[in-house]
Amino acid sequence: MLDNLALGLETAFQLENVLYCLLGVVLGTAVGVLPGIGPTATIAMLLPITFSLEPIPALIMLAGIYYGAQYGGSTTAILINLPGESSAAVTAIDGHEMARQGRAGPALAAAALGSFFAGTVATVVLAVFAPPLARAALEFGSAEYFSLVVLGLIASIALARGSALKALAMIALGVLLGTVGQDIYTGTPRFTLGARELFGGLDFVSVAVGVFGVAEILRNLENETTRSAFVERVKNLWPSRDDFRRIVGPVVRGTGLGSLLGVLPGGGHVLASFASYSVEKRLSSTPERFGHGAIEGVAAPESANNAAAQTSFIPLLTLGLPAHPVMALMIGAFIVQGITPGPNVINEQPALFWGLIASMWIGNLLLVLLNLPLIGLWVRMLAIPYQWLFPAIVVFAAIGTYSLSFNSFDVYAVAVFGVLGYALIKCGCEPAPLLLGFVLGPLLEEHLRRALIISRGDASVFFTRPISAVLLALAVGALVVSVLPAIRRKREEVFVDDD
Amino acid sequence: MSIINTRAGTVRLLAALAAVSLTVVACGEGDGGPVTGNGGGDGGGDGGDASNYPDQNITVVVPFSAGGPTDTVTRLIAEPMSEELGQQIVVQNVEGAGGTVASGEVANASADGYTVLMHHIGMSTAPALYQDLGFDPLEDFEMIGLVTEVPMTIVARSDFEPETLEDLIDYVTENADTVTLANAGIGAASHLCGLLFQDAIGVTVQEVPYEGTGPALTDLVGGQVDFMCDQTTNTSGQIAAGEVKAYAVTTPERVESLPDLPTTEEAGLPDLQVGVWHGLYVPAGTPEGIVTRLSDALKVALADQGVIDQMAELGTAPVPEEDATPDAHRARLEEQIETWGQIIADAGVEQS
Repeated sequence: MLDNLALGLETAFQLENVLYCLLGVVLGTAVGVLPGIGPTATIAMLLPITFSLEPIPALIMLAGIYYGAQYGGSTTAILINLPGESSAAVTAIDGHEMARQGRAGPALAAAALGSFFAGTVATVVLAVFAPPLARAALEFGSAEYFSLVVLGLIASIALARGSALKALAMIALGVLLGTVGQDIYTGTPRFTLGARELFGGLDFVSVAVGVFGVAEILRNLENETTRSAFVERVKNLWPSRDDFRRIVGPVVRGTGLGSLLGVLPGGGHVLASFASYSVEKRLSSTPERFGHGAIEGVAAPESANNAAAQTSFIPLLTLGLPAHPVMALMIGAFIVQGITPGPNVINEQPALFWGLIASMWIGNLLLVLLNLPLIGLWVRMLAIPYQWLFPAIVVFAAIGTYSLSFNSFDVYAVAVFGVLGYALIKCGCEPAPLLLGFVLGPLLEEHLRRALIISRGDASVFFTRPISAVLLALAVGALVVSVLPAIRRKREEVFVDDD
Repeated sequence: MSIINTRAGTVRLLAALAAVSLTVVACGEGDGGPVTGNGGGDGGGDGGDASNYPDQNITVVVPFSAGGPTDTVTRLIAEPMSEELGQQIVVQNVEGAGGTVASGEVANASADGYTVLMHHIGMSTAPALYQDLGFDPLEDFEMIGLVTEVPMTIVARSDFEPETLEDLIDYVTENADTVTLANAGIGAASHLCGLLFQDAIGVTVQEVPYEGTGPALTDLVGGQVDFMCDQTTNTSGQIAAGEVKAYAVTTPERVESLPDLPTTEEAGLPDLQVGVWHGLYVPAGTPEGIVTRLSDALKVALADQGVIDQMAELGTAPVPEEDATPDAHRARLEEQIETWGQIIADAGVEQS
């Protein structure tokens, strides 16, 4: 174990590898900051360049892009309410609210520090527990994933700051939007309106940039055209002592939750930030602050997300199985480098395996050193007069979305969802639960149907498989807590908007 | 950090941001830019002159995600082809609807030889799987040549009872109502191979579709499903590590990287012969001189030792030289459209 870590650190600290790690995390931060241009597109574009590199620096750089983008993604979510991926959508809820109150600095610092802590812990988890965790994660079949998603959806009613009924309606709408596209079991196109571009479903970035970013701009323009700057007064750049006290617990819990969920190859990582936000809101003695700029609501999901990003390498590195599209690209990178991804990588390429893990910690250190000084710079951006800022945001959003698949259809989709998002704001409905439904809905359907296909239609699998049964029992518990009349009175005080 | 204290500083910041984004986009834009249309020209015009072809970058459109087997094969041959042609080749991934989005785009692109499509066996199954395809594989393209034929392997979870392919056939026949057969989605190579397997043994089993090979293989390794048939590019790592049990490879000859694995013919199922063949296409109406030029460059690339070695790593090999021609490619496509049309119709797969 110690020998392995020593080998890893020795490999990762070679000058060439450190440089490629730095290059990766800088690129990752840059693309994370730009909405739409996500890590998948960047890694896909850079893949051919890495052909000429040695395998270790190539993979270190590609991994750096991925977790670097997780850092950068929170920046635009906090500053201009433009989440580039599902995890950042949660950060935007309280993070952007903090920015509006002139507290973008502490929000960004909490995100960066939380991510660093999470990255460090997750690196250790990877080094110590990777093989047994990967084995355990394989116990998760479709029945377990279905129950996990049910639990996630029920727990996440906490995402709402206003009416719980409207939040449920938004989740349902999101689930419906998630059904657009070709049904994976029969190939039947659903709600595609005859457009072949919709066969693969709506893209998360189009929906998120529309309902969050563009809708936010429309709302700002409605009543604040005369305002010269986005934020009049920037309070402090650094979290106060009180802020630090508040975020310790959320960061630790977020890291733990994220590390566990990230290991699940069937999509656990998407749940991490939503789940940790819900947990913190439930545990908080002042849940009414959530949605109005609670720093815990930034620190927890950011930590969870970064931890999950890192532990999602576990199935890839130990079993050669990709947990999501970025990991599938990494498999391509392995193959191009002449390494057959699979369980033998640890034994056949120990320098690569341990070096990659050690480089993640170095990368996280580089990221925090890179990001903390940038906070001042980012916050200054909010001082730009809004009439200059908003066209720039729209242009960046359009460029980023276009770069997803070089398809103008995605840009039109942003416009449509921008209008929809604006209409929803006018009705007092919030976009976060909609995005949650959009992300989790397809998972819910996929796993429900697959579990039933495998069991030949026998629904008892959800109760007879122990992990699934426990998860469903927890879901029922969460539901009871939210609907019991006695608790209901208290709940109303807690949830109703008290603007 | 002094620049941030001035207003000019913020402007500079924005400019820097714009520069970063434009660079990133420029990379993408460089990757081919808009596929369709060539600035209004009818395409046949100045591009029709084969004598000075190529005088600009050539875009090869890949209908699947970067890093996947088809993408990898494309990038492998793109380098030597580009050297031979004296122009850069940029690979662009246009995903969606089983590759039909990319095919439709290339079918409508200018017939000037600057937009090329790499597609696999899916080109021959598209007419049977999709209605309103919007293009005709045989009418709307000129074929350049076949590239490679990736072998497939029949694999099962490691604790699955049958030990040999014959055992598997018996077991599946006896337990047809409990066995599960995974695939990577409707129209995926693994789906086609699964259909062929059921057709060859005359038994229908429960198919379990996944969204891509990754999740399907994950559940196979985890023992959630019983067996599947997928490309060596995806399965050889798991086979070598003993995480899955392998029964046979679906090509006439054994695969170099898996020397102990018998062919389907050796193992007693000669009717199951399938390879994921890849070919290059340009839009119909591309001048013959250009098609010949591309086809010749393809032959040079396939003879390149680096390409041969790297394909061997992937468990495949370039096609023989006589197959890297328009005629051989067209003949294969015609034959495959017929074959798969029949199998897919027999299996009762709905058109979408």
